[in-house]
Amino acid sequence: MAAMTSTRTTPRRPLPWQRILSRLLQYAILIALALIILGPVLTAVLGGLKTTGELYDLPFGLPAVPRWENYTGILNSESFWLQLKNSVIIVTGTVSLTVTTSALLAFVFSRLVFPGRELIFNFFTLGLLFPVTIAFLPVFIQIRQIGLIDSYFGIILPLVAFGIPGSTLILRGFFRSIPSELEDAAYIDGCGTLGFFWYVLVPLARPALGAVIVLQTIVAWNEYFLPLLVLTDDSKWPLTLGIMQFQGQYGTDWGRVMAFVSLLIVPAVLFYILTQRYIVTGLTGGELKG
Amino acid sequence: MGNRSRPRFRFIPREQSKAKVEERPRTTREQLFVIGLFIIPGAIIYTVFLIMPMLQAGYYSLFDWNGLGPLTDFIGFGNYERAFQHSIFQTSVVNSLIITALSLLIQLPLAMALALMVGRKLPGRFFFRSIFFMPYVFSEIITAIIWTFVYNPGGGLLNTVLATVIPNYEPIGWLANRNIALLAIFFVITWKYFGLHMILYMAGLQSINSEVEESARIDGANELQVLRYITLPLVAPTIRLTVYLSVLGSLNQFVLIWILTAGGPANTTQVMASYMYRFGIKSFNLGYGSAVAVTIFVIALVFSIGYQRAIMRRDYAGSV
Repeated sequence: MAAMTSTRTTPRRPLPWQRILSRLLQYAILIALALIILGPVLTAVLGGLKTTGELYDLPFGLPAVPRWENYTGILNSESFWLQLKNSVIIVTGTVSLTVTTSALLAFVFSRLVFPGRELIFNFFTLGLLFPVTIAFLPVFIQIRQIGLIDSYFGIILPLVAFGIPGSTLILRGFFRSIPSELEDAAYIDGCGTLGFFWYVLVPLARPALGAVIVLQTIVAWNEYFLPLLVLTDDSKWPLTLGIMQFQGQYGTDWGRVMAFVSLLIVPAVLFYILTQRYIVTGLTGGELKG
Repeated sequence: MGNRSRPRFRFIPREQSKAKVEERPRTTREQLFVIGLFIIPGAIIYTVFLIMPMLQAGYYSLFDWNGLGPLTDFIGFGNYERAFQHSIFQTSVVNSLIITALSLLIQLPLAMALALMVGRKLPGRFFFRSIFFMPYVFSEIITAIIWTFVYNPGGGLLNTVLATVIPNYEPIGWLANRNIALLAIFFVITWKYFGLHMILYMAGLQSINSEVEESARIDGANELQVLRYITLPLVAPTIRLTVYLSVLGSLNQFVLIWILTAGGPANTTQVMASYMYRFGIKSFNLGYGSAVAVTIFVIALVFSIGYQRAIMRRDYAGSV
């Protein structure tokens, strides 16, 4: 049968055993790589229940006696919940402001026509070159001048500013792809420009808005150096600063450190599983399916 | 015209800048009002917290300034001269270039190989794709802490695993050895970021019409020839985009390195951004740090403009 199909379509199609062998080889490579990705993560998650000695001797094994106190110690501390609250404030503020400002900009740059539009748009994309991870020094000086040291806004507003270029780009691409017939119909039905934006464009752009929300959440949740420079008051610290301090304090007690790591990484994995679709849409402009 | 048939990546700043959106007959008064209303909030935040700091950095970089007192010590390009002559800054530039080169030569081909493998037909591709891309969402802090344990010279994961495989294995201090540390860091960078490039390649590959490849096979091309002459040229726009993102991303590597080694041992893993932190902020030399910041911006800007003009221009050609 294989011979039949091969004469009809591709004379050089490999024999079945060759195909099976190459498949096996492919899976071997893929599984090996998957283990390299998952190994350190699993070690960390299991490690939260171990002593440092157990972590060293049996990185993948289960501990003889699970050390739940690694977790309870962190969960009973006031600072953990305070840091969680601070992280949530920073993420909520950053994401809501970035989405709002970028959606408004993207609308102007995609559906309205006016002189100088492309020039202004290019001005807004300049920021793509300088992620906040590298521009922290000038940003820090500016925050200090404005007097936002020890304020959540000292973190939120720069993150918004650096989030605007990428988010506007994603949303603009999506807004453009919405057919102009819809726009004409909306205007004929008596919608103004604002009405078209709010009642037609925003509901249709949900996947792109979701992508921007998810990508900005990741950025704001993970930000480290900006809070480190801006927040001297440790009651305002987010979790990223909290875990670094914790690691400095318990650096030799890897079990405790891994417990803290697990408390952050398990929600991150769940978040990733739930939002992967949006992340991929945002990064590839909706090209990748399945 | 070519717009619909080729992959469109919305991260490209200047893409399709003149594409035709249905033009409304004229800009009405109401629209002018909306334009102003909609641009202003974003413009204020963007200008105050991104554009102004960049411009100010250019100004501060001309002063010897500890960041506290008034700007009085004008020294022209003194900070730049000092930086270019500082051997540790030179090392950090070289290290940034090494990471860039390794990313282009190792990370991108790896990502492409995996995208081709996991790409289109393999059963279980969604599972593998999800795992490979997962580290992208982890914070750099978490990633760095986990890998600090993996590389731990005493009983870290890597040494433990190697000791069970290799007899008489001597534990290695991966991050303490100046010949290995930068490579060890690069491995972590690849671990965290190759999935991003893989996803972009997968999107590019998916937009190829497989009939083109199939007809090449019918004409007698073997798999390698199909890859070399059909598949790769068709995803060339994506490859050019990932090269661009990879270079900028490599120049901007910082947090992972800072947590893993803080630029050590003996400043051998310092990169430009970590140098700026260490010798600008930590040593209260904000004028000097600004000069380093400006240097990094200029490098990124020159690369970006040059690359877009010379390499990526053809990707816009069909779209205007």
